[in-house]
Amino acid sequence: MAGTAVRGRLSWQTATVDAVMDETPAVRTLSFEVPDWAGHEAGQHLDIRLTADDGYRAERSYSIASAPGEPVAITVERLDDGEVSPYLTQDVRPGDEIELRGPIGGYFVWDPAMSGAEPLLLLAGGSGVVPLRAMLRHRSRTGSSVPVRLLYSARNWDEVIYRAELARLGDGVQVIYTLTRQQPPGWTGYARRADPTMIAEVAWPVAQAPLAYVCGPTNFVEAVAADLVALGYPPQRVKTERFGATGTP
Amino acid sequence: MSPISRGFHRRHQEAEPVGRVPPGQYVTHDFPVLSAGPTPHTPLANWTFSIEGGTSPASWTWEEFQALPHETVTVDIHCVTRWSKLDTSWTGVSLDVLLEEVSYDAPYVLAFCDGGYTTNLPVADLKGGKAWVAYSYDGSQLPAEHGGPARLLVPHLYFWKSAKWVRGLRLRETDVPGFWEMYGYHMYGDPWREQRYAGD
Repeated sequence: MAGTAVRGRLSWQTATVDAVMDETPAVRTLSFEVPDWAGHEAGQHLDIRLTADDGYRAERSYSIASAPGEPVAITVERLDDGEVSPYLTQDVRPGDEIELRGPIGGYFVWDPAMSGAEPLLLLAGGSGVVPLRAMLRHRSRTGSSVPVRLLYSARNWDEVIYRAELARLGDGVQVIYTLTRQQPPGWTGYARRADPTMIAEVAWPVAQAPLAYVCGPTNFVEAVAADLVALGYPPQRVKTERFGATGTP
Repeated sequence: MSPISRGFHRRHQEAEPVGRVPPGQYVTHDFPVLSAGPTPHTPLANWTFSIEGGTSPASWTWEEFQALPHETVTVDIHCVTRWSKLDTSWTGVSLDVLLEEVSYDAPYVLAFCDGGYTTNLPVADLKGGKAWVAYSYDGSQLPAEHGGPARLLVPHLYFWKSAKWVRGLRLRETDVPGFWEMYGYHMYGDPWREQRYAGD
């Protein structure tokens, strides 16, 4: 494994919320001004720490939604029984201060240098699209021409995050949706949970030595990663990030 | 001094048992799955558990391993992603039993696994009834996504140290980072001292 050097201490720092943007009724992107950010790779995550006025604290990890070189941003899905996500998606306003530290993780990351000419396969279940979006933006910003296919599984069209952005990715990027619960009138795309047939249709042929990133809920990741291995993808070319049933990565 | 997050307050009033949940953790009743790649499926006929690097290495087949003295333990587990799960029940072989079979004076091990995962641990943390190779969870065969056929169980450290799909230990004179440790996670990982990342 190509290891990122072990870094020094990751200190908590106070970031200022720069902008908030609603992606769907339950999903919001927050971008931050971070005074001392060492930079990040596409696919890494960060920790957020909230402190209540009685001293109670809660910490959570979130995938970074922005490309290297862009302002740090996270995209948060509200879990109604959650403690931190309702606050981040409903209460936070631009100008608010929040503690964060990062970047964290170094395996589920993508850079054009890792791919060469080999195609990239991105497989997202629900909000698992967030770190993959950072990779897509990184590809655009670096002028990479590596061919990409993104399979994005969502329950319905209204829950698709980054819809407008994904529609204008342009050359070399194919976005394929499957809407598992409800489809808009006239829908011609997939309308079922990802299965071996769908993965076989979407995946780049093994002979092209593709690199795959799978991110989403556990059952999605388990199934899709197993399907890729069954197609002949070497396990070390299938990087996964699973979201637990509690919704935190 | 941390800034106060205006309007943020504790939402879960369920009292957590005092002294059971390390700082920064919350209790979950689910059993989330976290791993970096596809779940490996090694046939039991090909499975062995080995302790390498000592002066007398040892290795067990699945059948031999099942014949070793085992115990069932109830422990709390703590994942670095902040969930803790209390009173989890596991059956497996104590590392005291396994290390008894080899001669060595190395102070560290690197655990190795199907799928290429590794993690580093001090030998002292594997001895004294603190660590097991577990093959059963809650009375049933350990599911593959949770590390079956067998995983390390070192509950007093963050759960990434309890390597899934473990196949053996390599005894070492020096402490070298394993998989997540190379990516910036803590070399030791004590949840009670919140040793999540390098330098914590």
